[in-house]
Amino acid sequence: MRNEKSTEAIAHAIRSRVFEHTIRNNGGYLSQACSAAEALAFLYNEGLNLGPSTMPMIPPPFTGVPSAQNPDYVTGAGYNGPFDAVHDRLFIAPAHYALVAYACLIEVGRMAPEGLEMFNQDGTSVEMIGAEHSPGMEVHNGTLGIGFSTASGLAWGRKRLGHTGRVCVFMSDGEVQEGQTWEAVQAAAHHRIDNLWAIMDVNRQQCDGAMDDVMTVGDIATKLRDFGAVVAEVDAHDLLGLRAAAATPHPGRPLIVLAHSRPTQGMESLMSRFPKLHYVRFKSEEERARINLEIAAELGIPPVVLEAH
Amino acid sequence: MDMVNRPYATAFESYATQHPEVLCLSADLTSSCEIDGFRDRHPDQFLSLGMAEQNMLSFAGGLGLAGFRPFLHSFGVFLYRRPYDQLMASIAYPRRRVRLMGFLPGVTTPGGMTHQAIEDISVMRTIPNMTVLEAGDATEVESIVAEADTVDGPVYCRILRGAVPRLFDSPLKIGQMRVLSEGDDVLVVTTGIATEEAIRARGALSRAGVSVRHLHLNTLKPFDAAQIVEHAASVRHGVITLENHLIAGGIGSMVAEALAEAGLARRLIRLGLQDTYAHGGSRPYLMRHYGMDALSLVRAVERLTGQTTGIDEAALEGVRIDAVHSLVKAEAL
Repeated sequence: MRNEKSTEAIAHAIRSRVFEHTIRNNGGYLSQACSAAEALAFLYNEGLNLGPSTMPMIPPPFTGVPSAQNPDYVTGAGYNGPFDAVHDRLFIAPAHYALVAYACLIEVGRMAPEGLEMFNQDGTSVEMIGAEHSPGMEVHNGTLGIGFSTASGLAWGRKRLGHTGRVCVFMSDGEVQEGQTWEAVQAAAHHRIDNLWAIMDVNRQQCDGAMDDVMTVGDIATKLRDFGAVVAEVDAHDLLGLRAAAATPHPGRPLIVLAHSRPTQGMESLMSRFPKLHYVRFKSEEERARINLEIAAELGIPPVVLEAH
Repeated sequence: MDMVNRPYATAFESYATQHPEVLCLSADLTSSCEIDGFRDRHPDQFLSLGMAEQNMLSFAGGLGLAGFRPFLHSFGVFLYRRPYDQLMASIAYPRRRVRLMGFLPGVTTPGGMTHQAIEDISVMRTIPNMTVLEAGDATEVESIVAEADTVDGPVYCRILRGAVPRLFDSPLKIGQMRVLSEGDDVLVVTTGIATEEAIRARGALSRAGVSVRHLHLNTLKPFDAAQIVEHAASVRHGVITLENHLIAGGIGSMVAEALAEAGLARRLIRLGLQDTYAHGGSRPYLMRHYGMDALSLVRAVERLTGQTTGIDEAALEGVRIDAVHSLVKAEAL
């Protein structure tokens, strides 16, 4: 698929769309758009080899969970293109980044803007915490730390099948607090799984606040290398750097790109809420109105028109 | 009694080598799960995942997504207690065709609380999309491999290892319980190693004039409630379940649910672990200590019928007792 927009423009549009959604709904995973906009825009627009979406632009309603009685069940993987031998697969490991991922799908032309109107609405597949059937989601990753393991198994299997398509995981740095992440990295290295790579959003934030206050994780790069991964470090908001990091050779090992991000990138006004950034819910109408004006100005877009109360 | 040595090892190797989509996964208990020979002879089909079960389960989910059918080998308890979230999210929810081969079910291990899967059936049967099987003899161990692999979804199997008695001459078929005797005084429902105990008790009970209807279950989910109810309706005194598991959540609970839902009033005695952990010891000792052996079944029959049978230890035929460290076991644990 030839890309019509620049990755820079897509990243900006992701921030703008998530900002508008958050202001309108008086809450959202806004900081994740700040930290991850470039990474997700890069993956969808140039980093991954994805075929055209096989799913409708407007997401179908929820049609039930997987069961023997539900033979028509499909995951959201089709939004990332067909699952064939040559195309890449993408797992969004931190499923609460779903709002940002949905915004990205819209900006790269894989989902209609109406899809985001279904966000967190009962009976739709566009769930707040991305489910397996949500647009762009390929497996259930709602519990943090399982994404890289699943991707390792898929990558091992694809290699055995002779697929040229690779497996990519978008990860979050909080996941390194989970033991399973380390089990997964050591296993991927042990089995020389090198059709597997990840971009980790290192924003140093988690639900309770700054990671250094919640649970110190030390030097992630050194730890990952010690467990057998090839690691590249980059400024998450520097696309030239991301391109170079993603191209790092990693024969016989998985590659993990540590994308060091700022949780308020492009929306400095959010610093007034630091370190409570995991889920932005405005404390008052005054705060909502102020942040609406300030961030809109930063993004260079008109403020969201709020309905009168 | 005819004893078969390492039936799983032979059955798995002959099946897996015919099915290249089948992969053999191990979590550092390779010889303990009788797949060391397979590892040595078929290294391309074997994946060592180390002592890291959480990763192994999610990894297996990924293999399933790629179209493979991984057989996971470990002690039953290690396949669900620590990696329960991974079992749910990476295997059960997406209905991956992952085969969880749980060795050393219940008190068949002297390893004590950490090693004894005493609530695995209870856990597994409440998981949507899961199929739960349990082998009761060498023939069922041999046939469970191919039978489990027919399921379009995840399967948990309780596997017996080492020297296993041969009780049946027909293979395990999912959904087909075995009617081992058709008496009309008492219905006895057993699974796994409890069936061997019940067979021993039955001989003595029959001589004492008690007519036992005996069902052996190898398919615990899906559970054939209708057939259980039919059999329960055909006996005079009531029903006894005997299982190598907690009485809560296992076949005792399943039978109780079946009778209640059908509105069939029958007394029910559930034998097995009574809301307690077990501890480390030999299988015969543990089965005696926790009231899961043939004699316990005889006493339960007496309670149900209100008649003493005069059966004692000596009357129970062919009691087989292996020393914990006997040669027929693969190793100590």
